[in-house]
Amino acid sequence: MIRDNDIKNTDFKFIDIGSMDTESIVRPSTSYWPDVWMRLRRNRLAMTCLTIIAVLTLLAIFAPILSDYEYDATNLSKANLPPCAEHWFGTDSVGRDLWTRVWVGARVSLMVGLVGAIIPFVIGTIVGAIAGWFGGWIDMIIMRIIDVGLCIPSMIYVILIILYLGGGAKSLIVAMAIMGWMGSARGFRARVLQFKNREFALAAKTLGASPKRIVFRHILPNILGNIAVGLASFIPSVIFMEAGLSFIGLGIAPPMTSLGQLASDGAGKYRTFFYQFAIPSLVISIIIFAFFMFGNCLRDSLDPKLRDQMLINGRRGRKDMAGKKVSADE
Amino acid sequence: MRRYIVRRFFISVVTVWTIATVCFFLLRLLPGNPFLSTTIMKQDMVDKMMRYYGLDKPLWQQYITYMGNLLRGDFGYSLKYAGRSVNYVIKSTFPTSAQLGMQALFFGIPTGTLLGIISAKRRGKELDYAFNALSVIGISVPSFIIAALLQYILGLKLGWFPVAQWKSFSHTILPTLTLSFGIIASHCRSMRTLMLEVDQQDYLKTARAKGLGETRIVFFHQIRNAIIPMITGLGTEIAGLLMGSYVVEKIFSIPGMGSYFVTSIQGLDYTMVLGLVVFQGTFVVFANFLVDILYVIVDPRIRIS
Amino acid sequence: MSKHLLEVKDLYVSFDTYAGEVQAVRGVDFTLDGGETLAIVGESGCGKSVTVQTIMKLNPEPPSRIKGGSILYRGEELINKTNREMQAYRGKEFSMIFQDSMTSLNPTMRVGRQISEAILKHRKMDRKEAKKLAVEMLAKVGLPNPDKCYRQYPHTLSGGMRQRVMIAMALSCEPAILLADEPTTALDVTTQAQILELMKEIKERTGTSIILITHNLGVVSRMADRIAIMYAGKIVERGLPDDIFYRPKHPYTWGLLGSMPDMSLRTDRKLTSIPGTPPDLFAPPEGCAFASRCPYCMHVCLKHEPPVFDMSEEHQSACWLIDSRAEMVVPPLGEDKTLRVKGRGGHVV
Repeated sequence: MIRDNDIKNTDFKFIDIGSMDTESIVRPSTSYWPDVWMRLRRNRLAMTCLTIIAVLTLLAIFAPILSDYEYDATNLSKANLPPCAEHWFGTDSVGRDLWTRVWVGARVSLMVGLVGAIIPFVIGTIVGAIAGWFGGWIDMIIMRIIDVGLCIPSMIYVILIILYLGGGAKSLIVAMAIMGWMGSARGFRARVLQFKNREFALAAKTLGASPKRIVFRHILPNILGNIAVGLASFIPSVIFMEAGLSFIGLGIAPPMTSLGQLASDGAGKYRTFFYQFAIPSLVISIIIFAFFMFGNCLRDSLDPKLRDQMLINGRRGRKDMAGKKVSADE
Repeated sequence: MRRYIVRRFFISVVTVWTIATVCFFLLRLLPGNPFLSTTIMKQDMVDKMMRYYGLDKPLWQQYITYMGNLLRGDFGYSLKYAGRSVNYVIKSTFPTSAQLGMQALFFGIPTGTLLGIISAKRRGKELDYAFNALSVIGISVPSFIIAALLQYILGLKLGWFPVAQWKSFSHTILPTLTLSFGIIASHCRSMRTLMLEVDQQDYLKTARAKGLGETRIVFFHQIRNAIIPMITGLGTEIAGLLMGSYVVEKIFSIPGMGSYFVTSIQGLDYTMVLGLVVFQGTFVVFANFLVDILYVIVDPRIRIS
Repeated sequence: MSKHLLEVKDLYVSFDTYAGEVQAVRGVDFTLDGGETLAIVGESGCGKSVTVQTIMKLNPEPPSRIKGGSILYRGEELINKTNREMQAYRGKEFSMIFQDSMTSLNPTMRVGRQISEAILKHRKMDRKEAKKLAVEMLAKVGLPNPDKCYRQYPHTLSGGMRQRVMIAMALSCEPAILLADEPTTALDVTTQAQILELMKEIKERTGTSIILITHNLGVVSRMADRIAIMYAGKIVERGLPDDIFYRPKHPYTWGLLGSMPDMSLRTDRKLTSIPGTPPDLFAPPEGCAFASRCPYCMHVCLKHEPPVFDMSEEHQSACWLIDSRAEMVVPPLGEDKTLRVKGRGGHVV
C-alpha cells in the first residue's frame, strides 16, 4: 500500500505528452530469422545434432586423406583384424582398413543424402511455384503428372534408373531427384496457393509487382521455414534409402563403398566379426539421427506452434484439398 | 458420393495405364539385348529367341499385344526361365509377402498409434521420453541393422525364435518384429504430433468446458480428429508392405516377392521386372483408391462435395 | 458465506513462456450476483479471456499458473479444486460460449451429440431423454428445423446458426453462470444483434447470470447490468452502465468511448483513437499501465500505481486524476463534466 507522504504534491504535475514515446515497445524487437536462430541456439539438442553433423562431415572429408591406408587397398595377410592401434576400426575380410573405408563410406552417404535431397527440392520448389502461381491448365497438367508419379512405388524409379545408368552414387542421386521433386512440388504449390491470395500478396500485386517478385520476395520468405524443415527431414530418408539399396545390392558397388554397404556387408558376419557390423551401423544411425532430430528442432524453432509441416509423401496436398472443399461448402 | 467414387476409379485406371505404358517403353528401349548379357549365344539362336518372344516385331505391335494380355490379367513371362510366367511368380510369392506385411501391419499400426496416444497424454513424463526414444531409434536405424540385432539377441543368444527361413509361425516372428519396428516408430511419432495438435483446438476447450471427463474427451473428441490425417498415408504404406520388403526378405531368406524382384533386376530379366512393376503399381493405385473413399467416409467435412 | 454468487478476489494469473513470465492477469476483483449481467470490456490481450477461463480453470497448466487470489462460487473456493473436481462445475454450474463457433465445435461429431453428451454427463437422463432435450434446446435458441439440425455436422451450418448451437449447448444443463467470450465478434452485424437479443431473452427467461466479454462498448450498452473496464491485466474502472457511459472517470474509458461512433445527433463530434499500444505484460510498467498512452499523464502515474477510488457504491475507478492533489480536468466525454466527486476525492482505498 502506498503511504500518502511518499507522494509529493509536485508529482501531480502533468507531463507534456509530446515528450513521451507512446509507441515505445519494451521488449527488444527481433526480426524473424535472428529470432529463429536464437531459439535454435538455445535448444541444446539442436546444437548437439549440429555439432555431430559437423564433426562427422569433417571426419568424412579429412579422415581418408590423413589415413595411411587406401580405402581399396587389400592386404590378405591382415584380414579380419579387430580394432587395434594400427587399424582403429579393424580390417575387413580382404584386409582393407575399416577406419578409412567407414569415412569414405560416410563421405558417399553424406553426399548422396545432401545432393540427393537438395536437387529434388530445388526442382520441386520451382515446379510447385509455377503450378501454384499460374494455375489453369499448366497447374492441371503438372498436378496430374505428380498424381500418377506418386502412385508409382519408389523402388520402380530406382530400378529403372539403375538399369539405365548402372549402379553407383550418381544414379542414386538421379533416382532421388526423379522421385523426390513431386512431393515437394505438391507441398510448395499448396503453400503458394495458400499465400497467393493473402492480403500482402494482393497488395504487392496492386502495386504492380511482377509475378516473379511476388513469388520470390513475398511468398517464398513465408514458406522458407517449411522448405528448410522439409529438406532437413528429407536428407536422412535419402541416406536411409541408400543404405537399404546398398544392402540388397542395388546401391554402391565395391570396391567403392558407402555406410549402408559397409553395414550390410557386416550384417552377414555379426556372429564372427561383430565390429565389422557394429561400427558402420552405429555411424549411419548417428548420422540419420542427427539430421532427423535437427530437422525437428528446426521446425520447433521456426514456429513453436507450427502446425503443418511439409510432408514429403504428399500428405499435405491432400489435406489441403480437403480444406478447400470445406470452404467451398460455406 | 457415387460420382466421386466413379471419378476416383477412372483416375486410378488411367494411372495404372500410364504406369504400364511408361514402364513398357522404358524397359523395351533399354540399350542392349537381354539375351546377349548373360550367356554366349549364337546369332541364329538369339534371332530364334527374339522371334519366339515376339521381340522382332515393331514396338507398337508388341505394345498392343502386351496391353491386350494385361487386360486379360496376363502380366507377361520371364525371359530367363522358359515357361515361367509373371502370374506364376506372383501366385507363388505374393502370399508370403502379403502374410508378412499383414502381420506387421496388424501389430505395428495399432501399437504405434496407441503408443503415440499414450505419449501425447503423458507429455513430458517418463513414459513419453521412453516412447520418444523408441521411435527415434526406429526412425534412425536402418531395418537391416535392426534385423541383425534381433537375430543376434532373440535368435542366437536367447534362442527363442529361428533366425531365418520361412516354415512355421515362429519363423515369421523376427521378420514381423523387424518390419513393425519402423511402423511403430513412425506411427507413434505422427500420432503424438497429431494428438498434440488437436489438443490445441478450440473444440477441445469446448468439450472441457462442458465438464466432460478426460477419458471421454480423448476417446470421443481427440482421437478421431487426430486419426483422420493419418489415413491419407495409409494406402501407400499398406500396399508397400504387402508387396514385400526387399531388405527384410533378403536378410531372413524369405521366398517373397521382394526378393524375387531384386533377383530379376540383377538377372536383367526385363519382362519379369515389367510384369512385377505393373502388378505392384496396380496394387498401390487401388489401395490409394480405397483409402480415398475411406477418407471421405471418416471425415464428414468432405462428404457432401 | 459470501452473499454473492461469484466472487473473484485479487486474482493473479501468469503464463510461463520460453521468453519469460507473462503477467496476464494482475489483481482482478469483481463480483457477480444471480440474474445479473456483468460485461468485461477491454482491448485484445488485456487478460479478459484469461480471467473468465480461469474461473472454469480451462487454461492449461502449464504454461498458465494461478499465482494468487481467490474465486468463490456460492462461498466455495475453486482455486484449489483439481481438474476432476472442476468437471462437476463445468457445464453444470458455469458454461461457456466461445468466440469462433467454427473452431469451437468438433468437426467430426454431429451437432446433436455434442449437446446431448453434456446433458448425459450432468443430468440424470437416458439417451432418449437427452436427445429430446437437445432438440428442445435447439428449438429454443431459434433454430428452424431442430430435428434436422440435430443430425447435422457443424460445417454445414452458418456462423450464426453455429453460435446458436453453442448457446443451446451451453444452456442445456441450466448453468448458474454463462461465460460468453466475445460471442458476437466473429459474426455479421445483423447476426450479432440476433444473438445478443437471444442471450438477453434467455437471461430473462432462465435467470442465468452472464459474464460477457467484449471489446465493443456498443454490445455492452444493450446487455450489461454492470460494466468493468479492463486494461493490461487490471480492472481500471467499473460501474453501472450509466456511470461508464455518462460519468466515466478513467482516461482509458474516455478513450474507449471516444473511439465509439455515437448515433445521437452530435454529428460534430470526431471519433478519436487512443495513441500507442498496450504495455508488454512481460514487464509491466512500475506505475499506471496506461500512463504512457494517457493524455493526462502526471509524474506520479509513472512512479506509483493508482489506488482505487470509490465514486459511489457501484462505481470505482483507479486513476490518480481523481486524487484531490491533482489538477481539475474536464473530461472530454460524458454528461457529468466534473471529474472529481466533491468530498470523496483523495480517499485512498
